Amino acid sequence: MSYPLLSLAIWIPVFAGLLVLATGSDRNAPTSRVLALFGAVLGLLVTIPLYTGFDTTTSAMQFVELGSWIPRFNINYHLGVDGISMLFIILNSFITILVVLAGWQVIDNKVAQYNAAFLIMSGLMNGIFSALDGVLFYVFFEASLIPLYLIIGIWGGPNRVYAAIKFFLYTLLGSLLLLVALLYLFIHSGGSFAILDWHQLPLEMNAQIWIFLAFMIAFAVKIPMFPVHTWLPDAHVEAPTGGSVVLAAIALKLGAYGFLRFNLPIAPDASHELSGLVIALSLIAVVYIGFIALIQADMKKLVAYSSIAHMGFVTLGFFMFSAMALEGALVQMISHGFVSAAMFLCIGVLYDRMHSRQIADYGGVVNTMPKFAAFFMLFAMANAGLPATSGFVGEFMVILAAVKFNFWVAFGAASTMILGAAYTLWMYKRVIFGDIANDHVRELADINGREFLILLMLALCVLGMGLYPQPFTEVMHASVNDLLRHVAITKIQ
Amino acid sequence: MEMQKLYLLVALAPLFGSAVAGLLCRVIPRWLAHTVTIAGVAVSFIGSVLVFQDVMAGNTFNGNVYTWMTTGAYSFHVGFLIDSLTATMMLVVTFVSLMVHIYTIGYMQDDPGYNRFFSYISLFTFSMLMLVMSNNFMQLFFGWEAVGLVSYLLIGFWFTRPSAIYANMKAFLVNRVGDFGFILGIGLVLAHFGSLDYAAVFAKAPELADATLNIWGEQEWSLLTVTCICLFIGAMGKSAQVPLHVWLPDSMEGPTPISALIHAATMVTAGIFMVSRMSPLFEMSTTALSVVMVIGAITALFMGFLGIIQNDIKRVVAYSTLSQLGYMTVALGASAYSVAIFHLMTHAFFKALLFLGAGSVIIGMHHDQDIRNMGGLRKYMPITWMTTLIASLALIGTPFFSGFYSKDSIIEAVAFSDIPGSGFAYFAVLAGVFVTAFYSFRMYFLVFHGEERFGKSLHGDHLGDHDDEEAASDHHHGLAPGQKPHESPWVITLPLVLLAIPSVIIGYIGVGPMVFGEFFEGVIHVDEAAHGGMAELHHHFQGATAMALHAVQTAPFWLALSGVVVSWFFYMKRPDIPAAIQRRFSGIYTILENKYYFDKINETVFAGGALLLGRGLWRGGDVAVIDGLLVNGSAKLVGWVAAVIRCTQTGYVYHYAFTMIIGLLLLLTLWVRV
Repeated sequence: MSYPLLSLAIWIPVFAGLLVLATGSDRNAPTSRVLALFGAVLGLLVTIPLYTGFDTTTSAMQFVELGSWIPRFNINYHLGVDGISMLFIILNSFITILVVLAGWQVIDNKVAQYNAAFLIMSGLMNGIFSALDGVLFYVFFEASLIPLYLIIGIWGGPNRVYAAIKFFLYTLLGSLLLLVALLYLFIHSGGSFAILDWHQLPLEMNAQIWIFLAFMIAFAVKIPMFPVHTWLPDAHVEAPTGGSVVLAAIALKLGAYGFLRFNLPIAPDASHELSGLVIALSLIAVVYIGFIALIQADMKKLVAYSSIAHMGFVTLGFFMFSAMALEGALVQMISHGFVSAAMFLCIGVLYDRMHSRQIADYGGVVNTMPKFAAFFMLFAMANAGLPATSGFVGEFMVILAAVKFNFWVAFGAASTMILGAAYTLWMYKRVIFGDIANDHVRELADINGREFLILLMLALCVLGMGLYPQPFTEVMHASVNDLLRHVAITKIQ
Repeated sequence: MEMQKLYLLVALAPLFGSAVAGLLCRVIPRWLAHTVTIAGVAVSFIGSVLVFQDVMAGNTFNGNVYTWMTTGAYSFHVGFLIDSLTATMMLVVTFVSLMVHIYTIGYMQDDPGYNRFFSYISLFTFSMLMLVMSNNFMQLFFGWEAVGLVSYLLIGFWFTRPSAIYANMKAFLVNRVGDFGFILGIGLVLAHFGSLDYAAVFAKAPELADATLNIWGEQEWSLLTVTCICLFIGAMGKSAQVPLHVWLPDSMEGPTPISALIHAATMVTAGIFMVSRMSPLFEMSTTALSVVMVIGAITALFMGFLGIIQNDIKRVVAYSTLSQLGYMTVALGASAYSVAIFHLMTHAFFKALLFLGAGSVIIGMHHDQDIRNMGGLRKYMPITWMTTLIASLALIGTPFFSGFYSKDSIIEAVAFSDIPGSGFAYFAVLAGVFVTAFYSFRMYFLVFHGEERFGKSLHGDHLGDHDDEEAASDHHHGLAPGQKPHESPWVITLPLVLLAIPSVIIGYIGVGPMVFGEFFEGVIHVDEAAHGGMAELHHHFQGATAMALHAVQTAPFWLALSGVVVSWFFYMKRPDIPAAIQRRFSGIYTILENKYYFDKINETVFAGGALLLGRGLWRGGDVAVIDGLLVNGSAKLVGWVAAVIRCTQTGYVYHYAFTMIIGLLLLLTLWVRV
């Protein structure tokens, strides 16, 4: 591998975004769309070799790039991926294509800026998943907030300012703690920002606990975990479809990824010490949020709450310290990337036609949009964790691992079998089934070729991963096992 | 052909048909949709026959098709286990499915969703085959959920009807409650046996006979008991055992062919099949078997009672299915797994026949399903009449008919069982014989004999509490005055006749080898030291003919006969008596009419409670505390502090001067004192 693939994965979308931005006003909208799609496809293509060239036998970082950035503080441009991060780069690049396509006809205001924001964000997020230097990570992590903030604030719904500020304040709180923790580690390690060095750094229990909590708050806000989750439903409701898709499919994964890259390996003893807390919060997310999702009247809010519940499975899987649980959590993250993206795109399809997200405004959509109803059914079932869809795999692994860990934890986790099905299918029933509810529904047109293509791509991913998850899990084994070995060894000296 | 490829072909042929009919449902003509799906299922049926012969010749198979996933120390596979149990199930599933496919051509001919329907039932056949052919728990769960999905799609097939889309969601959610237990059971298996492959699990079971599990406090539970009960909760959902039975009567909202295929013959018996498959595990826990037996006995008897008061022809048959599933479950509890499977098989034929016969009546009656509006149909629908009579005779256990052999064996097996609860179960299955005969022939007499009550009023008061309109459509409901019922076309009557044959003879042929022979040797495991009932039963068996002749001297025969006679007397001779009883025992009648209030309790306590809880948590937790107090609260706090401080910054010089003087005074005071 002579090409700097990770740099390409980061900078191709960013430069494509800048190019798109250069097309300027909406008079050049068609050009900017094509250019954006081209950039997104190219961005995905360069990530493919990450999978095909991936060495599954090693847990070491691969495709490493190392260059000095700010020598005075020993800050480096240090990139690399392992079995934990690699798939997210591909997922992110894939979702970017869908987002560009999803906004193709719908966004007609500031088109170039809209597409540019997504492309730049995509590149920055690839940066987060591949950064191995603390400062580089922090820069990407914070910088990626800006496009998302703009997307919600500019192309969002009527209450977008409240949502954007809530989102911003929440994450700001986390960011500050993240920065403090990074600086502490820099000083304590004798002047290194290398994340991999920190993994080996001995730390006293007290220090570990504080560092763990600082990282945890920073990442918990992103995931989001209970009780710092309330920004998500508001952000989703106000965000345009593309924003919701990226938010759910990728942005939420950043926090979970942070747990694996920082909390567990840097503070292994604290991780064990505080695992009870995280597991409790995760189970609250699954059960409490499940009940709340049930009564939502707004489709996007419902799916947003369901996202929180699904992410509860992820954090639950992290802190049971077994390979099946951890891989299950990773699988759940990827699957949630497909399924939540698909759910939000489906809601977007309806919203584009009816300009309403209220469940009560719909009913009998299947009569006028049968093709759409079939896709939506598939994704709803995936959201409810039906076998042969990707949604099942992660849940199945985490629940099975939980039974071994503790029966009652499994009992709480398995309640999603009922709750997840209840809120998803009840929404589906009220929106899709039944007689045509009103004249607006009567005039609905079924999905067009572009929408069909988007949903078909996601449907293939959902089914493919459900029927054959082995290609996804086999790349994780080495890194996951190494992480678990690492976490099992105490750092207290 | 290599057998392994044949297994794949059997499973995948219906999937192919389903994919063609489903993905292209708007493109291809109807004849192509039904041809391709029927061809798929026919291939599957022929393949199943070949597999059955191969198994009879002594060949079994256990192997994987592909590795689904590896993780940690575990690996999960998609694979097949082909033995006599699998082969039997494959034959039953593909045969009934084939009959239902053919029948559907006639039944659904006016329906706009014709192609979609064929796609669904072929998909169902594929899912059910994956379920029964699996060699591991993971794929079992796959098939388990997949049949649940298709059931959901088919109950809600007429998606514009509120009752149908309510029923399908209810079915899915109630099944999910069962699956909740099921997946915990599977989790326990994986955690303690280290594998999900049947062979590995069963091999390891004896080692874990005394293993315990600390679930609550200091109490130690037997691992196998907890595991088996969790697995059985799954079976209770799918096989509609009390209290998870509530979805099955409502599933009658689906078109009649799927009521026959899914909600009578095959899917609902998945739980019975699963427990039989797990016999090496269940045999190690008498406690679990007791639970199984008592639940089954309650279902067998109390669901039978509900059959007596139903007036919708499909609901009578539905409650009869519930009751018969209870019988099978009782057999499982009595360690008579082979008998349970045998009854599963005979029941699949005669109950599918009964449902398809009911469907034929419904068509003849122009989609009027109320048996009070029928009567005397035997003149107009002779084939339907004869086949329904055969099915009813088989159902009530008439000697020499198939149902007799299986049901009598169950009763005998329970009689010989001595585990806790068997006394109650014996009473329940005996009483159930009378009840079964009574409701079956009540329906039979009211539909086919007596006064012709049709064509009198146009859908009068027959709708009752549920909306029973068939078809989404332009159908005329019920017969117009003067209009007569008519026999159905050959695509409908042919499956009736083909199903009637096994309904009569399969018991006579099968009872020897399947129940008392070596058929399930090495497949179904019975611990004869602990549960000796079947072995005891074995000693008494002297051939199928002798068994039938001996029946005349036993209680079940007379109970069944009296059930028939009483129903004849009540409904043919003195129709005033049932009405009088209904008035006299109106309290009991109200309880029955409300189905023991299960639905009401579920709706108010569970569904209503969940919504209330959700609303409370949302308003109280997310909106009030987190957003109101913490998020907006801290924002407000900042604003409030700022507002207070802002007050001091007035910009007036004399305010500042005044403050300075006060401050100076304070400082001076402090300084002077020190």
